[in-house]
Amino acid sequence: MAQSPSVAAPEPGAVIYRQSLWTRMTHWVWAICLFFLLLTGLQIFNARPTLNIGLETGFEYDNAVLEIGARDTPDGPRGFTRLLGYEIDTTGLLGWSGNEADGYSAQAFPSWATIPSNRSLASGRIVHFFFAWILVVTLAVWLVASLFNRHIRDLAIRRADLAALPTDIANHARLRFHHSRDYNVLQKLAYAGVLFVLFPLIILTGLSMSPAFNSVAPWLLDIFGGRQSARTIHFLVMALLVGFFVIHMLMILAAGPLNELRSILTGWYRIDPETGKESGNGRV
Amino acid sequence: MAGFDLRRRGLLHGLLAAPALLGGCKILDVTNDRDAPVRNFIESANRLTYRAQRLLTGGTRLAPEYQPGDIRQSQHPNGVTAPQDEDYLALASGDFAAYSLTIDGLVEAPQVVDRATLLAMPSQSQITRHDCVEGWSCIAKWTGVRLSSVLETAKPKPEARFAVFHCFDTIERSLAGGIKYYESIDLIDAWHPQTILAYGLNDKPLPVSSGAPLRVRVERQLGYKMAKYIHRIELVSNYADIGEGQGSYWADRGYDWYAGI
Repeated sequence: MAQSPSVAAPEPGAVIYRQSLWTRMTHWVWAICLFFLLLTGLQIFNARPTLNIGLETGFEYDNAVLEIGARDTPDGPRGFTRLLGYEIDTTGLLGWSGNEADGYSAQAFPSWATIPSNRSLASGRIVHFFFAWILVVTLAVWLVASLFNRHIRDLAIRRADLAALPTDIANHARLRFHHSRDYNVLQKLAYAGVLFVLFPLIILTGLSMSPAFNSVAPWLLDIFGGRQSARTIHFLVMALLVGFFVIHMLMILAAGPLNELRSILTGWYRIDPETGKESGNGRV
Repeated sequence: MAGFDLRRRGLLHGLLAAPALLGGCKILDVTNDRDAPVRNFIESANRLTYRAQRLLTGGTRLAPEYQPGDIRQSQHPNGVTAPQDEDYLALASGDFAAYSLTIDGLVEAPQVVDRATLLAMPSQSQITRHDCVEGWSCIAKWTGVRLSSVLETAKPKPEARFAVFHCFDTIERSLAGGIKYYESIDLIDAWHPQTILAYGLNDKPLPVSSGAPLRVRVERQLGYKMAKYIHRIELVSNYADIGEGQGSYWADRGYDWYAGI
């Protein structure tokens, strides 16, 4: 292994003010919203645990792309998940789940993954729409604040970013992270993707399931290919957001959780020594 | 239940419990408790939705209508599909020839409209999508008479604000006796051009499973608002004294009264 002898003990870099109060506040409100929206969303899904493509649900024909259910077998009830025609046994997690103490039940997502934990479509809907409002309002607040404090430019993907993309992918793959004031290109792609693609998509597909909203914007239904397609896309975007969350957590752990957490809690972030020289003291 | 004594501190405790998610989030079951302040606060979002959607939709924005080719299956029935109530069975055995609809409450001229009169009134048909609160949808052609033209015959009083649909069917049997289905809509929806009292489905008489002899179509709301087996429409200024006071059988059981979303 070739050790670099030139630097005996790297000096710690400067601590800069990286995240404004607006960014930090909206970040945590979204985190709370997404927690509730996800778990109440799974509750709502459990009331009709199929996803279909098209204007309506096929009862006398098959337009399902995902189905989660349970069926009796000689070995007792088994849970299954059928995705695009491929079926796997998901007993214990999807379709049939529970434990000795509370008993077992036939439900798509298990009760530990739903709010409330019992079957209650009514309560799930009420909590879901409450946090949907907060998510939308927070997104609007963030957008206005970020236009004013120019945080939105931090997400802009420039030509230099694209040139740096292969290096950045290689660095991430080796878990070698640079800490600078600016986001790297993969961060920009991830955050901009969530804020400008996934959030708008999940909000608009959610609204497209509202029969009253359909009378305001019937064209939106057509864009998504009908109400049941909109419902399927809503679910798919949920899965992508869960995927983003998992990677987000892994990256924080890999990049130095204390520094990253301090940045999103207090705004202050320690940058690498050399990067600090390159990009100055950053924005205060 | 685990969350029982923590109810008052509800939401905050819920958030603190988030990391314990894998152990079950029973603490958040406070959202089931309809007397809990946190639940009441969360429910207020529905009034915001109602106001916002009324602002956007106004009285006349139309629900999407579909083409005959979009009807690919029979209407999927739900809820009560075969009422066993004696008065209903008696009418059904006579093919509903003896059926009549009562319109009363806050009206100048209460009416009893018989079936022949209803069928003789100007009718309209619409191919629309029925959306169940559970998440499924089904497209069908509905034929009937505009609710507004039926209500106008009774001359509503100015203080009337809601139309309450009283139904034949007993949806739940409890120790106190049977509970009949009921629903209510505001007069904006009652006067909406697509709100009809339907007696026909897919060019045939409305079948019992879909609410014969008469069900209401409220095309900008979810299925549970579209009461089946209607025998009486009462105009009221508020619905606090009906059922358990929430305006509908399902609203009495925790669902939102306004179901535009």
